[in-house]
Amino acid sequence: MCTVISLHNVSKSYQQHQSILQAVHSVSLNIDKGEIHGVIGASGAGKSTLLRLMNVLETPDQGIVVVNNQTLTTLSNRKLREARRSIGMIFQHFNLVANKTVFANVAVPLELAGYSKKAKGDRVKECLEFVGLRDKAHQYPAQLSGGQKQRVAIARALANRPAVLLCDEPTSALDPQTTAGILDVLQTVNKELGVTIVIVSHEMDVVKSICDKVTVMESGEILETVSIESQAYIIPKNDPKWFLQQLTEKERNSNA
Amino acid sequence: MPEIILKYQAEIWQSIGETFVMVGISIFAALLVGLPIGTLLYLCRKGQMLENRALYSSLNIFVNIVRSFPFLLLVVFLIPFTRFIVGTAIGTMAATVPLSIMAIAYYSRLVEQALLEVPRGIIESAVSMGASVPEIIFKFLFVEARSSLLLGLTTSTISFISYSTVMGIVGGGGVGDFAIRYGYQRFETELMIYMIIIMIFFVQMIQYTGTTIAKKLDKR
Repeated sequence: MCTVISLHNVSKSYQQHQSILQAVHSVSLNIDKGEIHGVIGASGAGKSTLLRLMNVLETPDQGIVVVNNQTLTTLSNRKLREARRSIGMIFQHFNLVANKTVFANVAVPLELAGYSKKAKGDRVKECLEFVGLRDKAHQYPAQLSGGQKQRVAIARALANRPAVLLCDEPTSALDPQTTAGILDVLQTVNKELGVTIVIVSHEMDVVKSICDKVTVMESGEILETVSIESQAYIIPKNDPKWFLQQLTEKERNSNA
Repeated sequence: MPEIILKYQAEIWQSIGETFVMVGISIFAALLVGLPIGTLLYLCRKGQMLENRALYSSLNIFVNIVRSFPFLLLVVFLIPFTRFIVGTAIGTMAATVPLSIMAIAYYSRLVEQALLEVPRGIIESAVSMGASVPEIIFKFLFVEARSSLLLGLTTSTISFISYSTVMGIVGGGGVGDFAIRYGYQRFETELMIYMIIIMIFFVQMIQYTGTTIAKKLDKR
């Protein structure tokens, strides 16, 4: 197996008023090609910072970051921008440009990469087709549901055919049904396109259901990295009667 | 049409024209210089892309100083500078100099505020895509802030109209100056009221147009 992302003794700290917060402390981690790698931990454990170090959205204080055989930590600004085009990223709050249509949002990374108008149009359609939103191309993000917005964000992240997809709490703003849908899409991205996925989440069910390997973090350090057998994500029923049943059962229990 | 308006028809049209020249050039200056300064103010802030304390402080102090001047004093204070730029300190063109300086300071602050409203996550996603600073400005910041930028320009334009009314002091003319000289100083109260009505009409039109277009542009 070849390594796609590798962190060597990477540290990151923040100045907070008088004190210094050590968000990530001397972490080394290798992520193999084709893997779905989960990072889990409590709030403030440093998992989001760790993810942002992988595309140098956060510049490490120390250590080396290598992605796709390029040492990102030593690249010039210009080269770093080019390298980032083959590292897709999606976020908890989608971060779509609200004043651009779905089509225009997915087209942005292609414009940055200098695609011609024709090639851009074709590629955008392809990406929207992949996430099942081709019919929404001319709508604005505000007209979409949360799950649809995250699909658009995935299409946008995939537009430049990245080797790696970084996901920062991709389902934490979504309900369980929608979460299952997004996890399906991510799995397809991994299986069909061979994209290596890193997924940061505080939801154990999410990590359990799609990851091959999981890194557990605690106060800026890696506690352990384990290989797991992924289990199907269990979707709670969306039936109002089921909700009622759950609620009243609890009440009955407490009455008893 | 009231008789008094017919009597002063030519002067009224001329004063409206002068107001348009003064306010028009101020808007132009606000867009040409105020928009870049406001964008720089935003970019050079602490924790932003081009964090630069020295540049931020100088721009910030410039904007604050200009805006803290009582406008009449700014006009007088800038007379030597105005003479240097347009060759004279008297007349409508001369009046556009202090107005433009005020317009630049005023609009750049509103631009900074509009850009600060853009969610940080959007900038983060732009950086993660490999966008350069100019690309972030034109493909993300200005797109997301466009309705606030337009509303800011609308507010500014209305302030420029108000500022332009005192330009009589350097012979700038305009509707306000006409109302004071003919309406107030010659005791033609009726004429003064008509001029005020004309100003109210302009302000209403500008605000309505600005708000309507901003609403159309806003898809958030």
